[in-house]
Amino acid sequence: MENIQTPEYAIETKNLFIFYGSFPAVSEVNMRIEKQKVTAIIGPSGCGKSTLLRAFNRMNDFVPSSYVTGEILLQGQNLYGKDIDPVEVRRKIGMVFQKPNPFPKSIYENISWGAKINGFKGNMDELVEQSLRGAALWEEVKDKLKKSAYELSGGQQQRLCIARTIAIQPEIILMDEPASALDPISTLRIEELMQELKQNYTIIIVTHNMQQAARVSDYTAMMMLEKDGSRSGTVIEFSETKKIFTNPKDKRTEDYVTGRFG
Amino acid sequence: MNPNRDHYPKGEALHRSLSRRYRSASIWQTLFFSALVIAILSLAALLYNVVDGAFGYVAFEYKNDPSEFTSKALDDLNKQELLDILTTNLSSGAFKKLDNEKAMEKRSKSDLYTLVLERLIQIDTKQTWSMTDSIFRSSEIKAEVAKKYPDAKLEFRSWLTPVFLTTPMSSKAEFAGVRTAILGSLWMVGIAILFALPIGTGAAIYLQEYASKNFLNRVIQTNINNLAGVPSIVYGMLGLAIFVRALEPFTSGSMFGVTDSNGRTILSAGLTMGTLVLPLIIINAQEAIKAVPDSLRQAAFGVGATRWQTVWHHVLPNALPGILTGSILAVSRAIGETAPLIVVGASTFISLDPEGPFSKFTALPIQIYQWTTRAQSEFHSIAASAIIVLLILLLSLNATAVLLRNRVQRKY
Ligand SMILES: Nc1ncnc2c1ncn2[C@@H]1O[C@H](COP(=O)(O)OP(=O)(O)OP(=O)(O)O)[C@@H](O)[C@H]1O
Ligand SMILES: [Mg+2]
Repeated sequence: MENIQTPEYAIETKNLFIFYGSFPAVSEVNMRIEKQKVTAIIGPSGCGKSTLLRAFNRMNDFVPSSYVTGEILLQGQNLYGKDIDPVEVRRKIGMVFQKPNPFPKSIYENISWGAKINGFKGNMDELVEQSLRGAALWEEVKDKLKKSAYELSGGQQQRLCIARTIAIQPEIILMDEPASALDPISTLRIEELMQELKQNYTIIIVTHNMQQAARVSDYTAMMMLEKDGSRSGTVIEFSETKKIFTNPKDKRTEDYVTGRFG
Repeated sequence: MNPNRDHYPKGEALHRSLSRRYRSASIWQTLFFSALVIAILSLAALLYNVVDGAFGYVAFEYKNDPSEFTSKALDDLNKQELLDILTTNLSSGAFKKLDNEKAMEKRSKSDLYTLVLERLIQIDTKQTWSMTDSIFRSSEIKAEVAKKYPDAKLEFRSWLTPVFLTTPMSSKAEFAGVRTAILGSLWMVGIAILFALPIGTGAAIYLQEYASKNFLNRVIQTNINNLAGVPSIVYGMLGLAIFVRALEPFTSGSMFGVTDSNGRTILSAGLTMGTLVLPLIIINAQEAIKAVPDSLRQAAFGVGATRWQTVWHHVLPNALPGILTGSILAVSRAIGETAPLIVVGASTFISLDPEGPFSKFTALPIQIYQWTTRAQSEFHSIAASAIIVLLILLLSLNATAVLLRNRVQRKY
């Protein structure tokens, strides 16, 4: 009965709790995230969205006090299983951060470094070009690949970070408020990009922007602090984005997405 | 309306309170400015004091008249004539000894000239004057010399000359130089850096990137911070016990077939200095590593890097300028240290250049200390010159550190 293959889901969580020390920042999350779809996680500040997202590629391991109970299954395998190497997990599940954080190296090296350390054997020039095209950045930077990534604008840097993630060919891309530091036009470009990326990747995005969630995502997870006053966050509703925004089941979801929250 | 607004001063009261605040601000500003002035004045006094000793009038006599050895003027002699004078007038034992140190034929003309002055004619310095005296009391000094030492020559001399830098130690101040001491100091600092930089950086990487925040690691961290403040003489004792005595086969080189030395070598001194600066280097390197932002580490981990790949490719390269700057500053502390060298056993009188890590050694601060304890005033003059040399060495080290820091400005 164990380890039944559930290929239709990219990630499945079972009774997931995430703790910082004795504080359960996220409790009892059961969700199935579809492959090659954009899933948005929304909810008020401090409800554990980033914590949940970081658990998906074990970035929480770097917080010494944090630990997880329950399961996060990737193709039937528990990401927190004993024989799972977190480095391998992070290669399969890439991450784009809130603030663009390119390496202080050339644009080219920003892409090639991840590939190199993961043992990529193919044609590096091609990989760099494909990744940059994939992130809709190629036309803007093709003549200055040797220039420092820090010479790019914030929006370009964020697309470079996406290109860097694509280059290691993950199955899933996690994005934690990827456009919150960008202007509306750059934000729009990132949103368009997500629509293209979901043809090949599963995307999970945390956002505070309701319109953005409505525009880009196929599914939406609504997170809230538990009603019992424990300050612990959980997913109170998870379904198709359309439903969340037009016909939510939970009153709190309705209040939140219509801006009556608080 | 908000009632709290009434609790703030208004009108006349506001004016009074404002001018009170300005008054106290200007008092503090004056205090800080005077502190700065005091600091600058004491620095200036220090510099003046050193420079004052290194230049000035000197009255000296020739013990033996040059005409006893040659009919020509000393300055007109060529190399062969100088050599002849030395051959005929030096005792054969003394000549052989010099020849053994360095073959006489191979010595330069100025070397031989110095030897003639030093060994045969023999300068007898009667008195020296400070730079201030020499400038403002020039005529009195001249009169005084004419009366007290009728045969003496009076000369305004800079004790700090190129020759001073390039000649080895001598028992006569007029012929002494700091070459051996400079080389000794450089060797020592080089060994100290080679020893302390890799170890210090390694320890800092471990503490910042690997060590968890448990009790043991906190104890280690606290101890490193405390070690940085331990008086240098304690490190001297440590060096004596460990490097000079316990590790003698290694530090004397007998392990490698060197036979003519004991543990009191440049290597021991360098390792002692390395230990002395190690805590400073660790702390500085930790600061440099801390300054590398976490977002960079996350970026590396996010593309599937291991911790070591993250450290090696991103943390270390970005921390390196800071680590080097910190290490240079730490080492410039070592270059002026005297106490540990005395304990470890610096030689006060060496005229041979250090040939390698297993040579006996002297260093600039040792030389300075030794010269200042001599009674004759000419030794105080060369001590002042040696202090200038040491200060210039220190300044250029610090300037290198600053340049390094400015050149490689942070990119993130
Ligand atoms: N490194 C950490 N150590 C301890 N507690 C943490 C840590 N990071 C987050 N928390 C706590 O976990 C809870 C959830 O934080 P999280 O950052 O996941 O919220 P969020 O939903 O992403 O908020 P925001 O929308 O403001 O980004 C908060 O109560 C926070 O204080
Ligand atoms: Mg967050």
